[in-house]
Amino acid sequence: MAELAIELIGVNKHFGEVHANKNITFGVRKGTVHGIIGENGAGKSTLMSIIYGYYQADSGTIKINGKAERIRSSHAAIGLGIGMVHQHFMLVDPFTVLENIVLGAEGGMTLDGSLAAARTHLQKLNQDYGLQVDPDAIVGELGVGTQQRVEILKTLYRGADVLILDEPTAVLTPQEADDLFRILRLLREQGKTVILITHKLREVMDITDDVTVMRAGEIVGQVRTADVTKEDLADLMVGRKVNMHLDKAAAVPGEKVLGVSGLNLVDGRGVALLKDISFDLHAGEIVGIAGVSGNGQSELLEVLSGMRDATSGSVQFKGQELVTLKTREPKAAAYRKLGIAHIPEDRSREGMVKDFMTFENAILGYHDDPSVRRGFLFNRKAIIERCRRFIDEFDVRPALTHRRIGLFSGGNQQKVILAREIHANPDLLLIGQPTRGVDIGAIEFIHKRLMQLRDEGKALLLVSVELDEIMALSDRIIVMNGGAISGELPAAEATATSLGLLMGGHK
Amino acid sequence: MDMIFSVLDATLRVSTPLVLAALAGLFSERSGVVDLALEGKMLAAAFAAACVAYIAQSPWVGLGAGIAAGMAVAMLHGVVSITYNGNQLISGVAINMMVSGVTPVLALAWFQQGGRTPTLSDDARFTAIELPFADAIAHSAVLKTFFGHNILVYLALLLIFVVSWVVYKSRFGLRLRAVGENPHAADAAGISVKGVRYMAQAIGGALCGVAGAYLVLAQTGAFIQDMTAGKGYLALAALIFGKWRPWSAVLGCLIFAFTDAIQIRLQGVELPLIGSIPDAFIQALPYVLTVVLLAGFMGRAVAPKAIGVPFVKSR
Repeated sequence: MAELAIELIGVNKHFGEVHANKNITFGVRKGTVHGIIGENGAGKSTLMSIIYGYYQADSGTIKINGKAERIRSSHAAIGLGIGMVHQHFMLVDPFTVLENIVLGAEGGMTLDGSLAAARTHLQKLNQDYGLQVDPDAIVGELGVGTQQRVEILKTLYRGADVLILDEPTAVLTPQEADDLFRILRLLREQGKTVILITHKLREVMDITDDVTVMRAGEIVGQVRTADVTKEDLADLMVGRKVNMHLDKAAAVPGEKVLGVSGLNLVDGRGVALLKDISFDLHAGEIVGIAGVSGNGQSELLEVLSGMRDATSGSVQFKGQELVTLKTREPKAAAYRKLGIAHIPEDRSREGMVKDFMTFENAILGYHDDPSVRRGFLFNRKAIIERCRRFIDEFDVRPALTHRRIGLFSGGNQQKVILAREIHANPDLLLIGQPTRGVDIGAIEFIHKRLMQLRDEGKALLLVSVELDEIMALSDRIIVMNGGAISGELPAAEATATSLGLLMGGHK
Repeated sequence: MDMIFSVLDATLRVSTPLVLAALAGLFSERSGVVDLALEGKMLAAAFAAACVAYIAQSPWVGLGAGIAAGMAVAMLHGVVSITYNGNQLISGVAINMMVSGVTPVLALAWFQQGGRTPTLSDDARFTAIELPFADAIAHSAVLKTFFGHNILVYLALLLIFVVSWVVYKSRFGLRLRAVGENPHAADAAGISVKGVRYMAQAIGGALCGVAGAYLVLAQTGAFIQDMTAGKGYLALAALIFGKWRPWSAVLGCLIFAFTDAIQIRLQGVELPLIGSIPDAFIQALPYVLTVVLLAGFMGRAVAPKAIGVPFVKSR
């Protein structure tokens, strides 16, 4: 057996009642890429936080390079040669790359000397690992892919032998992700050990040597990647058979439901957020909008759902012009009544009121509906009754109508919102990031439900940054870049590469 | 020439406490803590300096007491906003109200002079440093402006250089700016966010202490109720006008001090057609200018990103 860079023996961690890590025992072989997978709340992050010194384990032993260590702080972890690349980058935007790298490891009281020394060291690291980062660039002006490299450089500068990467591809285009993997392979060749936390099985299969699967705080599988398939890992993660493959019948597009042409949106500072967007959407089809987040998809959803006014252009919904439509109530409410339902991208801010109960959230946006009212009061019984039906039909767990929705898992919150929007029987459903922060089991359910809606003849507009999701669900795919449509292609012809190029703005 | 000299000379004198307070605010705000309490720190320092200098009959002991008082109030602001994650605006305003109320009460109890402290003798004040060769060198009004001030004026000038070096060229400065921009990044880099913020409060408190002591030991010679008269807020405005940069903030202070010097000379002046303008309007000039400058000429103010947000480790 090869030498272990990190070994955990019987590690336990409790947070109050919650047993976040149960008796964790596993090892990471030196010079390998080790994947740690599991659903949200499986305990991956807690485990990594223990290794990185953010938390102390309640019991158990951690061995670094064969020697038992107590890691009391991230400072101590860094001293032991462990580096962490966080999902949300820990960078100071107005600083240069160099300043970010020396921060916390400056050496002397004055900066000039440490910056000069760092510059030399950085050049060597840049060369050794093919990172190509300009030390004098302002970090806030760099793209996410480059920012991530700065994070990697930071850990290497501090002498890390073990790099922990937390969901590193969440914010990257496929091309950037490929580039990251190239760097990770190079790191492995140079003898570094990489721990990759992810929920994307494709990546696990692509790059890891070993995989550890976690579920509900426990390790449920430790395997060599070469010995398993994607499906095996998914089953292990969820704890039951998962049907990852979505059975998709050919779409039967009906009449045109939505016609967008020449849509523009300019914000208060004169920045064009949407540029000349035109597309059609028919009944019985799903059109997916792909793109790296922040390329206008959010704004498009905002305009189509009535949350924001377009600057110019036309949106025809079932033959009615929406852009110039005069409404007495707020536009979003008026659109709902016309038959446009919306599942917002940012579930916790726009989809629900976290501190409200399930049943209150079940009618949010539809609270004017006569069926839930009695005069100017609510008909509480009818509301709770409706919520109860949602819970049964969508398998919301725990099945409680009187529980603050903020306490539910992301997947169950999303089910409540989906149930609410579908209940209104809309002709057009706008869907933003339907499975963000949702676990695999619930993803499967939500995807099936969306397909079912399509087959019932609804028109669905799906915005997602998950390419797998876009490709699995859509009949046609539109790619957005910099607020404009950079390409459109039938789902059958789309590949990660062709979409990735369009996402990067190459036509 | 006399007119120019007297305006410039007054500008320098008036700007000194503003500059010190603005530099104090710079440390606090760059570390991510809003510092409305500048006013209270200065006032507390002025009061402490007045009392102690009177008893000890020494300006230096008085200065020390002012610095200590400024730092003590800063620590109070620190405990509320850094340790207990309280609302920084409310803490600042509360401190200002508290100091404004407590100081005259104590002064009345201790000295029975209607809420002010006894006037200090020249021995207990900082007086102008007269150099024998000054007149020989200073031929122009501008040059002459720099001679014949008390030591605190020169200290403030020196501190501008020191502060801008510390903020941009020292390890502490890098950490200070990092903590104010993205405390989570600083935390991940192994820096104690609370430690840096407390240090910034301590330095700011000391600078406010000098500013407050200056008002008593170099200007009025006694503590008077609410004698800071909004200087803390003006300094904060200058800091924001200067986009949280030392030299630009100093420029802001100079502009305010200059209008103040002008306004004193404009009082009672008859203008053609309009006649004499009521003094109240002229006295309001620096404040009107504050509003105009902050609203109109600022351009895009890029505040430290984490300002006003208590740091809570998130993971």
